[in-house]
Amino acid sequence: MSGAADREAVFPTRQSLGIMKAKLKGAETGHSLLKRKSEALTKRFREITRRIDEAKRKMGRVMQIASLSLAEVTYAVGGNIGYQIQESAKSARFRIRAKQENVSGVLLPAFESYQTEGNNDFAMTGLGKGGQQVQRCRETYARAVEALVELASLQTAFVILDEVIKVVNRRVNAIEHVIIPRTENTIKYINSELDELDREEFYRLKKVAGKKQRDTAEQDAEMKARKEAQAAAAANEEKQASASAADDVPADLLAAEEDEDVIF
Amino acid sequence: MASQADYKDRQFLAVIGDEDSVTGLLLAGIGHVTSPPDNQKNFLVVDNKTENSAIEAAFENFTTERKDIGIVLINQHIADRIRYRIDTYIQAFPTVLEIPSKDHPYDPEKDSVLRRVRRLFGE
Repeated sequence: MSGAADREAVFPTRQSLGIMKAKLKGAETGHSLLKRKSEALTKRFREITRRIDEAKRKMGRVMQIASLSLAEVTYAVGGNIGYQIQESAKSARFRIRAKQENVSGVLLPAFESYQTEGNNDFAMTGLGKGGQQVQRCRETYARAVEALVELASLQTAFVILDEVIKVVNRRVNAIEHVIIPRTENTIKYINSELDELDREEFYRLKKVAGKKQRDTAEQDAEMKARKEAQAAAAANEEKQASASAADDVPADLLAAEEDEDVIF
Repeated sequence: MASQADYKDRQFLAVIGDEDSVTGLLLAGIGHVTSPPDNQKNFLVVDNKTENSAIEAAFENFTTERKDIGIVLINQHIADRIRYRIDTYIQAFPTVLEIPSKDHPYDPEKDSVLRRVRRLFGE
């Protein structure tokens, strides 16, 4: 996976090196932030799962008590009231309201139960007999439903958190195992390319310098040769001159008197 | 992520259960019948004669079609009859909650959410 080929398609320039370095830094910051977020969510998640476990067990007990009180009602009323109740249900007295809670950027909804005042669909239930039992049963069931609503909000939070944690963990892993190595590879690639260019440049400069040196040396040699030639020529001339002079000199020296008189 | 915007107007509970459970929960006051033309109830009484397709239709109605239900309560033994539907239901809203019934004691092993809880704890 983290082979040399796994890098981004960029030109190896100093500018893209700067961009890649900024990107790596950003990825590392993001990684640590996301990791912390994931940890906070997981902590919350574990708490919720534990509470769900408890609440589910509690629900079992509460529902048992509620069923018992319903059995009492059936016994007291002396017949099945189910049909009557199903027919007389019109408007919900027991309702729920959703509110939100913010856990590190994740909105968790929580249900809250409330009872609306003043509508009673079952005013006539148990009017003949068993009214007290009916009343008690209603209270028991209301408590049971409250427990159920609490459990339901825990469960909703559980489902949402589960999803969010998965997403966050996926991101954390993607940054850790894909983006960061790839960016590092790219930086390495750019660096090696730049080094290569540097070496090439250095070699080229050396070549140029060598060539220049050679050229100057050649020029120097030429110049020197020319100078020498000139010098030699001059010397030659001088020699010739001096040679001719040498022929003259003794004569000159000796035959000085023999010179013709200079006539002004 | 489940759409978090549409929970605002969810204010009712719905029940799919045997007669006793439904009666009790209605006594607590969760029963609601929408105003006349449709007359939709938010509860379904299931007995031995009720078809699985009817349960499924009600579950579908409560979970997807109606937008005013926040929590669906379903008896565990009835949930078992449409288990594949419950297990594949993963939305956050409305919440599906399995409840015990009088004749069928609660079995945490069957609950779709509790199973996930247990799996996460590695049990």
